Amino acid sequence: MSASEAETAYPEPKDKRLSEDEVVARLESGMKIGIGGWGSRRKPMSLVRAILRSDLTDLHLVTFGGPEVGMLCAAGKVSHLTFAFVAPDVGPAAVLEPHFRAARQSGAIECTEVDEGMLLLGLQAAAWRVPFLPTRVGLGSDLGLVNPELQRITSPYPGPDGGAGEELIAQPAIHLDASLCHLNVGDARGNAAFTGPDLYFDDLMLEATADGGRFVSVERVVPTDDLVDAAGDITRLRVSRLFVDGVVEAPNGAHPTSCDPDYERDEAFQKTYLGTAKDTELWNEFSSGWLSFPTEADYQAALAARPEENA
Amino acid sequence: MSATDLSSLVRRADVCAVAVADCFRGDGEILANPIGTIPMIGGRLARATWEPDLMMTDGEAALIANDQAVPAKADRVYETWNPYRRMFDVVWSGRRHVMMGATQVDRFGNQNIAALGGTPTRPRTQLLGFRGAPGNTINDTTSYWVPAHGPKVFVEAVDVVTGVGYDRAVELGGDGGRFHEIRRVVSNLGVFDFDTPNHSMQLRTVHPGVTVDEVVEATGFSLVVPADVEQTRLPTPDELRLLDEVIDPQGTRFREVPDPA
Repeated sequence: MSASEAETAYPEPKDKRLSEDEVVARLESGMKIGIGGWGSRRKPMSLVRAILRSDLTDLHLVTFGGPEVGMLCAAGKVSHLTFAFVAPDVGPAAVLEPHFRAARQSGAIECTEVDEGMLLLGLQAAAWRVPFLPTRVGLGSDLGLVNPELQRITSPYPGPDGGAGEELIAQPAIHLDASLCHLNVGDARGNAAFTGPDLYFDDLMLEATADGGRFVSVERVVPTDDLVDAAGDITRLRVSRLFVDGVVEAPNGAHPTSCDPDYERDEAFQKTYLGTAKDTELWNEFSSGWLSFPTEADYQAALAARPEENA
Repeated sequence: MSATDLSSLVRRADVCAVAVADCFRGDGEILANPIGTIPMIGGRLARATWEPDLMMTDGEAALIANDQAVPAKADRVYETWNPYRRMFDVVWSGRRHVMMGATQVDRFGNQNIAALGGTPTRPRTQLLGFRGAPGNTINDTTSYWVPAHGPKVFVEAVDVVTGVGYDRAVELGGDGGRFHEIRRVVSNLGVFDFDTPNHSMQLRTVHPGVTVDEVVEATGFSLVVPADVEQTRLPTPDELRLLDEVIDPQGTRFREVPDPA
């Protein structure tokens, strides 16, 4: 064998690019799925839309919740929700998520309620392959009533006064079967970067997920050579391909949530969506009008074709 | 002009902002993290005056030096990057005083922002969720802001304990509750603290134009009322100038707490 023939026999690096529907084909009903972003910020909505048009059901969502929770609940896709909050917005413009509220109040979904810091710890424990992480968070609150599996532990080390060890909460690891995150830029191999103000917990969601279930969508896929320039700085390359099984190029894929600095939240669209909780007719109309396109490209084309005053 | 005349000229939202600012007095170099319109304005006022070392958020992912309550992005003076995850490092370090809202609050300062009625696993009315309230209250000094004081907010017992009150903290014993402090509750009617033998909420001051009876009637539990209840202090001329010209020139505070009719 000549030297040049041996070279051509080297394996090619993995190309992990997939379509939304190819990602969903790798998911199964009953899975525990982490969703990245938070509230109405950088949510992997093109993947959520692909779930909505699939026959997946009985999903357990783990999320810093935004409109994806309400949409998937309203469509009957969710059987369990692990959450600290579900809010399309916070601050002075804070509103509650009506579809999520309806699902919770009707008893349609089971819930595991946590403090938002416990969600961080649970994902971190799973990522580090330890069964729990100790924390003071939760002591004294009613979290035990809504999260009965939550256990306390006694520290094996002396307490602050040198006596018995203090009692803490043991936040269990939150192992995910799959996770879906949306970032600004990535390459075909699964490296990705956030270019906005906050990574949120996207890297942890991916690291807490079983091999084979870790998916990112990105606004743009660029050659690896161009990744640092596209991200702006190496410190923004926070998702590595060690923890990514599939990459979807999804321009405007977070719509209607924000994807800072690429685009802001579509306030008018979100308002329309939130208004559909008032009656089933409105939801059905919205769902058939916006959430039932055969492909993401059709959805994006319909958005682009909206009259200017509604765009 | 008599003191009574002066107090009839003062605007309620300004009194509230100053009362919020006074909650942070003595805090030094910590993260002052007031959440909401008037809380943010009051926090900025404390830093612009007697607590210059406080750090404060932009409401997003940074700590900024601006005095203006909500400066435009281009105008923000950044001190440090404080993304969501970094906030837990601050919260769990104890270097923070948070002021949260409360859908319900009881006499021991237990707070509820999660749900109303029904059962814990199937509430009649689902609200936001626990958010960060358990972790905030067990790790850091906490105060509360209630813009519309009434008996449905100040309740005998909250439906769900999201933020931990004094009775719960005492039950935990010395270790678990050692970082717990509910410092004040500020409402549109008055200022409250827990400086009583069993940490039951007491009326500290009433805002100008509000009577003690009004506060008692608007409170759904038996409030500790000292023999002499003073009026909440008025803003100084310099504080008013800062509020009007620097911190909240748009007057957003008057929309959150309008002047009494």
